[in-house]
Amino acid sequence: MTDLGLKATGLKKVFGGLTAVDNVSLEVKRGVLHALIGPNGAGKSTLINLLSGDLVPTSGSIYLDQREIVGCSPDQRSRLGLGRIYQQTSIFPSFTALENCRLAAQSRQPHALNPFRRAQAYPSVMREAERALNIVGLLERARAVAGTLSHGEQRQLDIAMSLATRPKVLLLDEPLAGMGAEESVSMVALLRNLTSEHAVLLVEHDMDAVFALSGVLTVMVNGCTLATGTPDQIRASPEVQRAYLGSGRHG
Amino acid sequence: MLFVLGAACVALIPLTGAVFYMQLLSKIMILAIFAMSLDLLVGAGLVSLGHAAFFGVAGYVIVLLSPKYQAASLWLTLPAAMIISAALALLIGTLVLRTSGIYFIMVTLAFGQMLYYLFHDTKLGGGSDGIYLYVKPELKLAGSRLLDLEKPLHFYYFVFGIMLAVYFLLRRVFASPFGRALAGLSVNERRMLSLGFPALNYKLGAFVLSGALAGLAGYLSACQFGFVSPEILSWHYSATVLMLLIFGGIGRLYGAIVGAFAYVLLQEILANQAVFGAMAKHWQLGMGAVIVLVVMFLPSGLTSLLDRFGRVRLAQQSDD
Repeated sequence: MTDLGLKATGLKKVFGGLTAVDNVSLEVKRGVLHALIGPNGAGKSTLINLLSGDLVPTSGSIYLDQREIVGCSPDQRSRLGLGRIYQQTSIFPSFTALENCRLAAQSRQPHALNPFRRAQAYPSVMREAERALNIVGLLERARAVAGTLSHGEQRQLDIAMSLATRPKVLLLDEPLAGMGAEESVSMVALLRNLTSEHAVLLVEHDMDAVFALSGVLTVMVNGCTLATGTPDQIRASPEVQRAYLGSGRHG
Repeated sequence: MLFVLGAACVALIPLTGAVFYMQLLSKIMILAIFAMSLDLLVGAGLVSLGHAAFFGVAGYVIVLLSPKYQAASLWLTLPAAMIISAALALLIGTLVLRTSGIYFIMVTLAFGQMLYYLFHDTKLGGGSDGIYLYVKPELKLAGSRLLDLEKPLHFYYFVFGIMLAVYFLLRRVFASPFGRALAGLSVNERRMLSLGFPALNYKLGAFVLSGALAGLAGYLSACQFGFVSPEILSWHYSATVLMLLIFGGIGRLYGAIVGAFAYVLLQEILANQAVFGAMAKHWQLGMGAVIVLVVMFLPSGLTSLLDRFGRVRLAQQSDD
């Protein structure tokens, strides 16, 4: 099953005199992990921020399930089915792992605003939170205070919070950064698992993981897309070799 | 001379005894309600320096709505005061909540001062001299007078009941999905947006509820003193209530109550000439020193002491 999740055409972002993202187009489809790679400063994070609504593009369009979302705020995009995690782990450290996910799931229950009912007294929200924790493998850590979890677990929790909102598209900004070898293995397994039901756009520097996981790769350099293709095509591309993989590390 | 005067004051207190303490405690409890309303905002990361606007406007509402020589109905004037404060909070909140951090502090301060000058410089509420409330409102049900706010005892219990009601109401609100979302917003607003929470609506909801409750406190305060002047709208007053909230501890609700008691009682002691003689005139100096000490050694407020004792006790229990 391959259907369209997120599509961007001609995206451009200019900061003052600097063009951070220049005429970038890409399609992220469900069932295929789309990786975005490029050297530091290539505009990857800016592109993710344009897609999530944290930044407003100078020009270009973004479609989520055929719907134009370029005028939508980040929270509207989230409610339309766009989930993201930030490069910096963004959990609520003083809440339990379960409460982090419960809070996320609550955003999908606008009627749950009765001020006289305890937040935990909504069974459907609790179930959704537990489902999300289960997907990332943190269910037995549900009662742990999030700030006491290991770095890898916090990263998993971050993803679980997004999953608790039932997104169609996931934008993941360096989920593997700073992880130990063992944690990386379980995160890679999680990402592979997520790809079956979501359209995933992954920004990552860990090339082994990227080439192992992705179905489509987009290489960005200086704000422009240099090449898009399967891992084999990218590996074989002389331009990419020259501009980015040139050191021969993965060539 | 001052010493004699101070000694005379202390000697006279037992004579007035009960009423004095009832009035002092009523004042403290009203301040506690006001501080709790601010706690809802500050706990959500919205440090307002204009909160006295909602308190003061409600005070003016009760005075201006009351007939001159007759008691106004509490049924009508209390909701009216709270609704007007809430409406004002909706208006101001819509504008100021687009800012955050230091800018939020500055624009709330600016709006508070605008209202201060509105009442100070126009004849709307007696100008800078203020205006008197000659007869306090009464609560009637089926023709019989349930509550006469003129009587200190009635007033005392009325305020006490309302303070408890506000405390329990806000506790429920804090534990509700709305309160949890506010807690999340105070930690990481960007993340809350990315999870689909319309942050502005949540903050506006908190701002309006907080304004209405500040109005409740302002209504009670106007009833107690029988007088309102622009001073109750001024930023000094907003700062005082913020200070006593920091003093007691932010985000706990009972911190607001403890803060109000500690602040007023401390003020009473520091301003007591029998205790401090000539220095009592300069009670703010002592107050300032105490606040500096509290902020230095108990940055989470006086109530964090309770938490600490609680934790020690728990630790001991688990050792047994």
